[in-house]
Amino acid sequence: MAIFINSASKIIVQGMTGSEGTKHTRRMLASGTAVVGGVTPGKGGQIVDIDGHQLPVFNTVAEAMAATGANTSVVFVPPKFAKAAVIDAVDAAMPLVVVITEGIPIHDSAFFYTYAKDKGSTQIIGPNCPGLISPGKSNVGIIPANITQAGPIGLVSKSGTLTYQMMYELRDIGFSTAVGIGGDPVIGTTHIDCLRAFQDDPETTAIVMIGEIGGDAEERAAAFIAEYVTKPVVGYVAGFTAPEGKTMGHAGAIVSGSSGTAVAKKDALEAAGVKVGQTPSETARFMRAILGR
Amino acid sequence: MDLFEYQARDLFEKHGVPVLAGAVATTADEAFAAASKMGGRVVVKAQVKVGGRGKAGGVKLAENAEDAREKAAAILGMDIKGHIVHQVMIAQAAPIESEYYLAILLDRSNRTFLVMASVAGGMDIEEVAKTAPEKLAKVPVSAVDGISVAKAKEIIAQAAFPADVAEQVADVLVTLWKAFAAEDATLVEVNPLVKTSDGKIIALDGKVTLDENAEFRQPSHEGLVDHSATNPLEALAKEKGLNYVKLEGQVGIIGNGAGLVMSTLDVVAYAGEKFGGMRPANFLDIGGGASAQVMADGLSIILGDKDVKSVFVNVFGGITACDAVANGIVAALATLGSTATKPIVVRLDGNNVEEGRAILNAANHPLVEQLDTMDGAASRAAELAAK
Repeated sequence: MAIFINSASKIIVQGMTGSEGTKHTRRMLASGTAVVGGVTPGKGGQIVDIDGHQLPVFNTVAEAMAATGANTSVVFVPPKFAKAAVIDAVDAAMPLVVVITEGIPIHDSAFFYTYAKDKGSTQIIGPNCPGLISPGKSNVGIIPANITQAGPIGLVSKSGTLTYQMMYELRDIGFSTAVGIGGDPVIGTTHIDCLRAFQDDPETTAIVMIGEIGGDAEERAAAFIAEYVTKPVVGYVAGFTAPEGKTMGHAGAIVSGSSGTAVAKKDALEAAGVKVGQTPSETARFMRAILGR
Repeated sequence: MDLFEYQARDLFEKHGVPVLAGAVATTADEAFAAASKMGGRVVVKAQVKVGGRGKAGGVKLAENAEDAREKAAAILGMDIKGHIVHQVMIAQAAPIESEYYLAILLDRSNRTFLVMASVAGGMDIEEVAKTAPEKLAKVPVSAVDGISVAKAKEIIAQAAFPADVAEQVADVLVTLWKAFAAEDATLVEVNPLVKTSDGKIIALDGKVTLDENAEFRQPSHEGLVDHSATNPLEALAKEKGLNYVKLEGQVGIIGNGAGLVMSTLDVVAYAGEKFGGMRPANFLDIGGGASAQVMADGLSIILGDKDVKSVFVNVFGGITACDAVANGIVAALATLGSTATKPIVVRLDGNNVEEGRAILNAANHPLVEQLDTMDGAASRAAELAAK
């Protein structure tokens, strides 16, 4: 099972012919992911050899889907062209579009999120995210595949490296799926979307949720957990020491006035019965205690 | 990036939002010159990026140019909630009949744009939202559809603007939307939007926040940056393409990935409680790559901070494995030579961690100490800072 991606996922890479696209296509292939082609407008018709895999390049996502049967797209195109790339994928009714690109203007991401929502046939993950991995099945994005293994834990996080840290700390137990939802103010898939999917996934028995300062996504997730999630959830929130009004690396990681603070998020999660660790390692220990491992 | 009021005014003017004459002055004499040119009564307004200027005495009416000089002299140099006033705006005074509120902003929670409109302008809108929420209309705006004339009229009707100004205010809202979209803003706020005694609608004060991710297509925004307010270390880091925020602490921090670095700051602050309240000195994310050059740049910025007493390098080896990161640290220290003088605690974890630790052990640099866990390393770095 796992969520969002599994061994049946067939991936196309938008921006495969660029340096980041090529590098990560190679890594995805190496971890056993079914990458079936790429899209670069103007370069359609080429065949790219990546470590012995002959991958066709298409001008549009629609052409790529028709020729390869792809059901997932991963976007590596630079910020300037990201909006057009995502709209191309939404127009083709690509079911899942994972946007890795960092630095997309908010007007562009708000546009493509709304555009996809109106069309109703595409789920977007990201932007500004590391992607997601169902270990041993599929790896879409830039998450290192060799730091963990398949197992019963579901993980959802705004942060890439904290995702890796947690995957690594709990590598002996393993993960059904780890989803990096991204650190931008507007993202396509939220903590709540992932929590719902993990709750409904029979392969997932417990959930780690990692949040950070900015917005109220964690507070909303806490309310959702109280109402819907019966599986055990442990949490971690980063940014207790972040000063007000400063963007901490991620475009969305900012405390504005009294809203978006780590304390408020931690309190909301704990009120919903989530055990929140003071450090990532403590969060991992909570998970071990829950699973008895 | 938040703009000063005068920058917001200029931006409104550029897009056709009705504003009054205004000029910025950095000295009392400049204020006098600007007020003379404008003639008549003017308002002298402190330019600080913080609310509550009026209450703090940073906004004064001046009867004439000479009075404007005096008022400007009093306001320049004031400390308003920790913001020193370096500039004032000289604005034409207007006979105000009514004050309204109009804003377009990003609504993160609902992942859409939002118009907020109220006939109760001129005061703190969060106060209005709390005490008289019925007077504040909040209307979602699709990022795809934007604000058409019809949509603007609908919003203004919903906010119950008086009939005699409804059409004018709707026009202002459409123009404001065009400015919001064209400038890649995440907030445009007009408070107050006024009706003058001769029935004109004017944006009297404005707040604008621009999206830094859009810099590549907004070349004019570079000119709006307030370099005087930028910390010199932050400016240097930006030049080097590093994501750095100066904080008030003693433990310099380098890590990879925004989330991990934020977490590192927290863990250091917790650990520091045991060592006389040692705190993180900065946020510095060197990104996933963590090359030797980036590591050297990062270390040199942190070691240039006189408040820093120890450094904590916290790297998770993902795509760039720990051996490459360790080589980067060794090379960075070689580059820095004798300029590196503070103890450096390194915690590596992740891919090829054994190889990475072996490389640092073999290099045996006198300043470098390794610990296996993030919590343990944070504690050691805080302890060293307290020495």
